[in-house]
Amino acid sequence: MIVPVLLLILLALSVAGFFLGRKKASAVAKSAGGRHKLHSRPNYYGIVTGLWCCLPAFFLFLLWLIFEQRIVTSLVIADLPPTLQQLPRERLVLIVQDIRNLATGNIVSGEITPEMRDAAAHFLELQDIGTMITSVLVLVVALAGILFFYRRITPELRARNQVEIVIKSLLIVCSTIAIFTTVGIVLSVLYEAIRFFRHVPVTDFLFGLEWSPQMAIREEQVGSSGAFGAVPVFAGTLLISAIAMMVAVPVGLLSAIFLSEYADKKIRAVVKPLLEILAGVPTVVYGFFAALVVAPSIRAVGSQIGLDVSSESALAAGLVMGIMIIPFVSSLSDDVINAVPQSLRDGAYSVGATRSETVKHVLIPAALPGIVGGILLAVSRAIGETMIVVMAAGLSANLTANPLQAVTTVTVQIVTLLVGDQEFDSPKTLAAFALGLVLFIGTLLLNIIALTVVRKYRERYE
Amino acid sequence: MQDVLKKKSMEKRILAPRDSRETIGNINVPNPRMVCRNVNVYYDDKQAIRNVSIDIGSNEVLAMIGPSGCGKSTFLRCLNRMNDTIESCRVNGQIFFDGSNIYDPSVDVVPLRAQIGMVFQKPNPFPKSIYENVSWAPIIHGLVETKADADEIVETSLHKAGLWDEVKDRLGQPGTGLSGGQQQRLCIARAIAVSPEVILMDEPCSALDPIATAKIEDLIDELREQYTIVIVTHSMQQASRVSQRTAFFHLGDLIEVGSTGTVFTKPSHQLTEDYITGRYG
Amino acid sequence: MSSQKEQRPVAGNRGYIRQKKERTIDIVSRRLAQRYRKEKRFKLYGLFSIILSTVFLAVLLTSIVSNGYSAFFQTYIKLDVTLESTMLDRENLGKSDFQGIIKQSITKLYPEVADRKSKRELYALFSSGAAFQLRETVMKNPGLVGKTIPYWVPADDDVDMLMKGHSKRGVPENERRLDDRQLGWIDKLVDQNRIEKKFNVTFFTAGDSREPELAGIWGAVKGSFFTLLVTLALSFPIGIAAAVYLEEFAPKNLATDFIEVNINNLAAVPSIVFGLLGLAVFLNFFGMPRSTSLVGGLVLMLMTLPTIIIASRAALKAVPPSIREAALGVGSSKMQMVSNHVLPLALPGMLTGTIIGMAQALGETAPLLMIGMVAFIVDIPGGFTDPAAVMPVQIYLWADSPERAFLERTSAAIMVLLAFLIMMNAVAVIMRRRFEKRW
Repeated sequence: MIVPVLLLILLALSVAGFFLGRKKASAVAKSAGGRHKLHSRPNYYGIVTGLWCCLPAFFLFLLWLIFEQRIVTSLVIADLPPTLQQLPRERLVLIVQDIRNLATGNIVSGEITPEMRDAAAHFLELQDIGTMITSVLVLVVALAGILFFYRRITPELRARNQVEIVIKSLLIVCSTIAIFTTVGIVLSVLYEAIRFFRHVPVTDFLFGLEWSPQMAIREEQVGSSGAFGAVPVFAGTLLISAIAMMVAVPVGLLSAIFLSEYADKKIRAVVKPLLEILAGVPTVVYGFFAALVVAPSIRAVGSQIGLDVSSESALAAGLVMGIMIIPFVSSLSDDVINAVPQSLRDGAYSVGATRSETVKHVLIPAALPGIVGGILLAVSRAIGETMIVVMAAGLSANLTANPLQAVTTVTVQIVTLLVGDQEFDSPKTLAAFALGLVLFIGTLLLNIIALTVVRKYRERYE
Repeated sequence: MQDVLKKKSMEKRILAPRDSRETIGNINVPNPRMVCRNVNVYYDDKQAIRNVSIDIGSNEVLAMIGPSGCGKSTFLRCLNRMNDTIESCRVNGQIFFDGSNIYDPSVDVVPLRAQIGMVFQKPNPFPKSIYENVSWAPIIHGLVETKADADEIVETSLHKAGLWDEVKDRLGQPGTGLSGGQQQRLCIARAIAVSPEVILMDEPCSALDPIATAKIEDLIDELREQYTIVIVTHSMQQASRVSQRTAFFHLGDLIEVGSTGTVFTKPSHQLTEDYITGRYG
Repeated sequence: MSSQKEQRPVAGNRGYIRQKKERTIDIVSRRLAQRYRKEKRFKLYGLFSIILSTVFLAVLLTSIVSNGYSAFFQTYIKLDVTLESTMLDRENLGKSDFQGIIKQSITKLYPEVADRKSKRELYALFSSGAAFQLRETVMKNPGLVGKTIPYWVPADDDVDMLMKGHSKRGVPENERRLDDRQLGWIDKLVDQNRIEKKFNVTFFTAGDSREPELAGIWGAVKGSFFTLLVTLALSFPIGIAAAVYLEEFAPKNLATDFIEVNINNLAAVPSIVFGLLGLAVFLNFFGMPRSTSLVGGLVLMLMTLPTIIIASRAALKAVPPSIREAALGVGSSKMQMVSNHVLPLALPGMLTGTIIGMAQALGETAPLLMIGMVAFIVDIPGGFTDPAAVMPVQIYLWADSPERAFLERTSAAIMVLLAFLIMMNAVAVIMRRRFEKRW
């Protein structure tokens, strides 16, 4: 690979630039009458020289890495024989994909024609040329950078300030990554979702009562577009989340109250780590537990008392999801309850209230906004939880409120629609992004409300 | 230079041997409501109160004064076992109320605190309406059975606390919305709503402005007719204005007790004199 | 406080304020027992909740351990393998018919089995990987050619399950994976002491396989390692840089507020949404290779970044302002103050947050499903751009397999994953204890 070699050369050049710059700075200082004539310590001049060497070159290199595939691919397409170029877009995309696979030595899905073999060779050739050009460019830019700054070193030059400006800019770039992530999520999900809504009207998607996307799997069946009414999927998500909250909220809240108001140090020292372990168990483990232990037990109990319980019942998935969320609720509530000032407890105890009266009539009302915020965050988490439902909930979308039946959820559908072979333009695949959009917007709203409520609450007692 | 010397001699006196620090003055009263004997309080291993004995008379205001950290607040919190809420706190000795030692294991803190109410340094009304702030305690104790009872108790208590006229039109509003002085009077109303026999006040005016302070001091004077009041205060003027007896604490010891007039005009102990004449504080 | 109760004798409370006939204590005492019953009940609810959580955890762990511990052992069968030089080409050992040699050794044990159908049933008792293992042994040690050696080959998973007692002999033959004749053959092996459970080395050294007895977790462990390396290398410096900027340099304005809201919200966005982002941006837009640690690491980086930023900011906040003032007071620039004084003090807290973020990333599955890390990958990944699985995905894949033997391996893989997680968290806890400073 040429990439690491190039990066190593760049690094070496930068180090060389550092020493050159430092030496020049010392020399300049000597001729100006001593170290103290320099604005900054010689090291700073060296660092700036090094930065001038590596930063522009590195950005150039990064640009190439990002656009290499696209540039090369478009060049290859332009050079394809006309018979191939005139194919419909979808076919062309597949062929280009295969050419790329052929070039990188991956498994090819279709049959290989001589044209494609040629194209693959061409692809590799272009890639090599591109890399060559870039490498040379990068090195030239690096050397030019060193030269440029080296000649500008004077005692008055504020090297330290320049270093600090560069570092500060880097810090700013890093802190904006969160924004880029959000924008990236919104754009990517929205873009694909809009493409989906070109096939299926938004209203049909949001209010339709039937969900069976598998029917649209083959492209030839233009007429049978599958049913994309997502109401049963939303209903299933809410059903499972509701069951989860029914487990998690009382158990989590009461645990938090017990730990903060009743338990002594010893019990807290034992129970808190236990809850942390419960919180640290990966969701895939909970999913396995739900499918292996909980669902069969519920089914067995159901058949004992004469109930017909589905093996993928909403109850099993919801129950386990609730267990998963218990530590989340309890740690949030614990924080919130501890934030209630001791003076309120003192006030209640001083008029002779018992502990439970203090908790029920003073602490919980005082902490209510915070608790509600925490519960909203927990709901958002339940809605977005994936692995438990993928492993323990059903695939078919039933519109039912019966917790003993199988229902499906938004996340389950996203996973089933996107895992495995996908055709990127079929409504089936795009539907996953539409569901993803709904999921993102829904949880976003919950999160923002919850975080605002919690922040306001904290400010009140700070 | 003079100052430095003075300070030096001062320190010597303060650091005098502990065992010589016996309480000066008469700790007994003819009609005691509470009797404290040999009370010691520890936080973990640190001793905060050392062998304090004192009587608290019926219908009197006892003021506890002393420099910061002298243990007067700690001692006050012993009187209705509010110290129980602090995990590291240990109390030994006897405090008699109604003929029984309140630190006896058989004594229940809930009825005890219903009889010995407390008002804190910082006003701490519940985040509820003014009405609920006052009526809550009588309701949980079963002192009121009907809405009319509750109304009456709220009105009487607010009257006694001198707050009724200011809040009678907005009983439904949150108690936290009142001004600092009003909040503190609301807390006093909350304490007297259960008709306690003793009210403990922990620097009740330290967070208030002079006008609100004056109102509360008047209130304390009125309340004395019905209740026994123990007040911790930083202000010696306040102690001399509201109290009949004064107890001076220093570094966990009860140095001197006596009628307020005597303590302030003819203090017997050097430390007391230095403190009330403002040499340290 | 209902008005019906007004007629009760106790209702004489009404005038207690004015007349004070009854002392407060008497009224309070009357209701005390009832109030304490409520108190006790409430406390019990709390205790019950704690116990419930503990029981859940206990059931979860015991069910996994009880299902999984047996996967650390594997049934092996001893064959007397004759490595006849006629069947082995010394020049080209790798291409020799080891399958044939194994089959020959099996038939030698059971001379009575003659017809093809029975033979197939007989061979089914032995793992199909036996020949590969034999090949490797012989290639490592060509001197064995021409000798007869005792050789332990892994048993097929059905035999393994039978020997471990997971499948029962008692059930009717047509519901069993092994028929009566096969059971007879196994009994013969038992009689001859040719069957034995040994430590399952394969589980810790092999990649995935369709055959449970040949499947191992090493590929997934390495995949997780490479993925986390990418995540760590990116999210640690970026996270700290972002935290330092927001906490130490950022002016308080709309832009920084917006960044803050974004970070807090991203910390609560469902992980699968990050998977959608990875699919749409990294795979489809930038054309990065599917199923690789590189893309997995990038997605997990975006996911853990908010956690690390929030923890790092908390660590920076915990450094008292007096230290900053002292540094500025001796004339250092703000950058020097941060890098020389604040950062070293906040670093332990930041590291703790990073470890917790990494533990989260190690257990994460959903976003990786989106970027194609669910493929069936036999080869052990050797780098960042090799197709790889990670541990949780491996668990998910095995949990989906119908074989009973995979159930046990799933549980075992979970135990390995939990061991890693507990280790990471323990390190975080120890670090927190060690460096926790009260200012």
